[in-house]
Amino acid sequence: MKTFTRREFIKYSLAGTGFAIALTITPHGYRILQAEEAEADSTFHPNLWISISEDNRVTIIINKSEMGQGVSTALPMIAADELEADWRQVSFVEAPAQPEYADPSMGMQLTGGSSSVRDMYKPFRLAGAAARVMLISAAARTWAVPEGECEAVSGTVRQVTTGRTLTYGELAQKASGLAVPQKPPLKNETQFRLIGLPLARLDIPDKVNGAAIFGMDISVPGMLYAGIARPPAYGARPLAYNKEAALKSPGVVKVFPVPHGIAVVADGIEDVWKGVRALDIRWDKGADPSLDNRSLEKSFMEGLGRRGITALDRGDAAAAGKAPVKIKASYMLPYLAHVTMEPMDCTANVRPGRCDIWAPTQNQTGVLESAAGITGLSPEQIHVHTTYLGGGFGRRGDFGYAAEAIRISKLAGVPVKLIWSRPEDIKYDTFRPGQSCRIEGALDAGGKLVSWSHRVVVPSIFEHFAPQRIKSGVDPTAVSGIVDMDYEIPNLHVEWVKLENPIPVGFWRAVGNSQNGFTTESFMDELARAAKKDPVEFRLALLTKKRHLPAASLIETAAEKAGWGKPPKKGQAMGMAYHFSYGARVAEVAEVSVDEKKGSVTVHKVVCAIDCGPVAVNPAILTAQARGGIIMGLSAALGERVEFKNGGAVSSNFYNYHELRISHAPEIEVHILRNQKTMGGIGEPPLPPIAPAVANAVFAATGHRIRRLPIEPELKHPG
Amino acid sequence: MISLRVNGKTYRINVSPDRMLLWVIREKLGLTGTKFGCGMAQCGACTVHMDGHAVRSCVTPVSSASGKAIVTIEGLPKDHPVKQAWIAEQVPQCGYCQPGQVMQAAALLAANPSPAETDILRAMNGNLCRCGTYPYIKNAILRASRQMRSR
Repeated sequence: MKTFTRREFIKYSLAGTGFAIALTITPHGYRILQAEEAEADSTFHPNLWISISEDNRVTIIINKSEMGQGVSTALPMIAADELEADWRQVSFVEAPAQPEYADPSMGMQLTGGSSSVRDMYKPFRLAGAAARVMLISAAARTWAVPEGECEAVSGTVRQVTTGRTLTYGELAQKASGLAVPQKPPLKNETQFRLIGLPLARLDIPDKVNGAAIFGMDISVPGMLYAGIARPPAYGARPLAYNKEAALKSPGVVKVFPVPHGIAVVADGIEDVWKGVRALDIRWDKGADPSLDNRSLEKSFMEGLGRRGITALDRGDAAAAGKAPVKIKASYMLPYLAHVTMEPMDCTANVRPGRCDIWAPTQNQTGVLESAAGITGLSPEQIHVHTTYLGGGFGRRGDFGYAAEAIRISKLAGVPVKLIWSRPEDIKYDTFRPGQSCRIEGALDAGGKLVSWSHRVVVPSIFEHFAPQRIKSGVDPTAVSGIVDMDYEIPNLHVEWVKLENPIPVGFWRAVGNSQNGFTTESFMDELARAAKKDPVEFRLALLTKKRHLPAASLIETAAEKAGWGKPPKKGQAMGMAYHFSYGARVAEVAEVSVDEKKGSVTVHKVVCAIDCGPVAVNPAILTAQARGGIIMGLSAALGERVEFKNGGAVSSNFYNYHELRISHAPEIEVHILRNQKTMGGIGEPPLPPIAPAVANAVFAATGHRIRRLPIEPELKHPG
Repeated sequence: MISLRVNGKTYRINVSPDRMLLWVIREKLGLTGTKFGCGMAQCGACTVHMDGHAVRSCVTPVSSASGKAIVTIEGLPKDHPVKQAWIAEQVPQCGYCQPGQVMQAAALLAANPSPAETDILRAMNGNLCRCGTYPYIKNAILRASRQMRSR
């Protein structure tokens, strides 16, 4: 995968008088223009989405990071379909970082929120359609025939009456001289040739052959390696360290302090790590030396007794006092690490007048702005090259690791590749925060849910990353998945108690939905039991209106395909959960067996029904994302928990942070429904329902209600 | 000086004998397909073949690799049934762990061309994948196994 700076890109795309289409997103819509026009207009920085070379290579430029979710195939498919390109001639490159490549709905160049296909669907269609119209026009002029006699077919324009053809490469030069249509006609969905097909991913051959370049694999002439000696406790400062010993360690070139510790620059990464050990740093006690598992637990429990800020107050939840059946339950969820398989790394080369950064990042805007702040260079002098990401899951929306590499390169005066060791990657992660909550529900005489009152105790994520996203004092990540539940609940009260401590938190796949999906759907199961109803029937009774059709269909489909209600296999039981997040709806049924003596859970099979709208651009990628999200969610549900001691995290590697392995991966069946009218995401929505589906199945199997995660330690030692 | 035979080519490298094979392959030989994941043989991302056996290069001192035939992901032929099966089954997502998965699977099938499901799970349990491609890995190994037997 190549990366380009803007100017290099324009040069590349115009090389050999090829044809390139630029399309600029403005607050008022999209402006489509050509590369030359954009280049000539010095006040206007184009973003370029498509280029066609004279040898018929079609390159789609993507503004989203490829971190496994398949954007490097899905986005090119969208553009190529409208373009009527020959898919075999299509490849992709990652866009440079510049404001014009911002996601139109976020105003940032950022990959997250399960939004890539949803947000870029229209721009990529417009870019492809505009190019198609121009190529047809170029052919019509070449032949001196009406455009109406010409059609675009698989990388060529064909005159319908004669059957003669010209390839896009042959037409590229002529097309590039034509005016760009501002409102090119889009195909109707029955005309799609690529969208909707399970096409093979463009990135897979390189990934199988070891040729794909991740951030870890970047090499720059003269590059040295860098690492940082970090404190055991959050906020701790070095009291003393042996700089001389580190400098004497073989291969070590430079040692100097940086904001979060002491940087070591050396010939190789093993030299760096030996140098770090030689430093023998004595640290102070940090921000809160008493921070440990027990103090955290206590703070979350105390939070439940505090009044929070109201996030939603619908109807009169207090009126539940009169309801005949009332139940309440408290839940507790742990901090979670991302543990992307590629630990954090970044390569930076800062020199006078120019800075290059090779980053596996989800947040090009953040990296660019951070580089500008550290180097004092203008954004035009900073070149962010996005590599493949060895996993993202939200971790790489944070750009602290890139800032570190930029700062070290600047101070050391050489290009450096910063690599975090695995213990650094886990201990200094921006964790999925822990959470406690208390839910009170009331049922009427018919066993129907009439009121739900929910208090969430959780740290704020947005106050660190984007404080402007906090509305009326409420961080939406704290209550997402509660305030927007699909169920008909006449009286709903939701409040947030903000917990504060020095532990860094961030976006972890499905963010607040990863927590609130578990608690709401576990409680829904508790309510169904209290109402003496089948959990599927209980849910469906709350989803009876026309707007509920997508949700109800998913629950019915998942239940039916899983054989819900039929006698289970010996020793097995089923649990159901449903959740709406990132514009998509997902129901999952888990089939489990439990060994209560060992405290172990085996998940045999998961049936997933998902609706992310009328268009599944690539159903194979969608299915893979559903399976992957379920496995990551199951991993967290069964065994993941970050441990804290003496003011810092002490989980450090895979032997003490327990990730799911292949021996525990269930069979996963995915059914795609298309009842909802709007497009939804796919990267995150399949994750939230799996933890409650499994916990509800554990209850069905054993009568043991799981109110704390992860499940397996909870079964062994109920808290 | 240490002599290393990697992918059929002999290299003479000036490196301390206690350095790990992983970093020698990546930093000195420039073969970056082999990945760093954990540094303590917990995740399998660094798996290479040494005299036909799958080893974790992150904990293999380069001195113990000298004189052995080392094969990395770059040295496994593109038409190897495991690589072909990985593409046919569309296994990778982020792809970072996959060179290690492919090398581990290739070593398994070299030793046992007809593995039962339990053999696959046992052989592959040391290789982590955070994207959750496990169901695809299972299918790809079964496909490669069929392919190898039919050859």
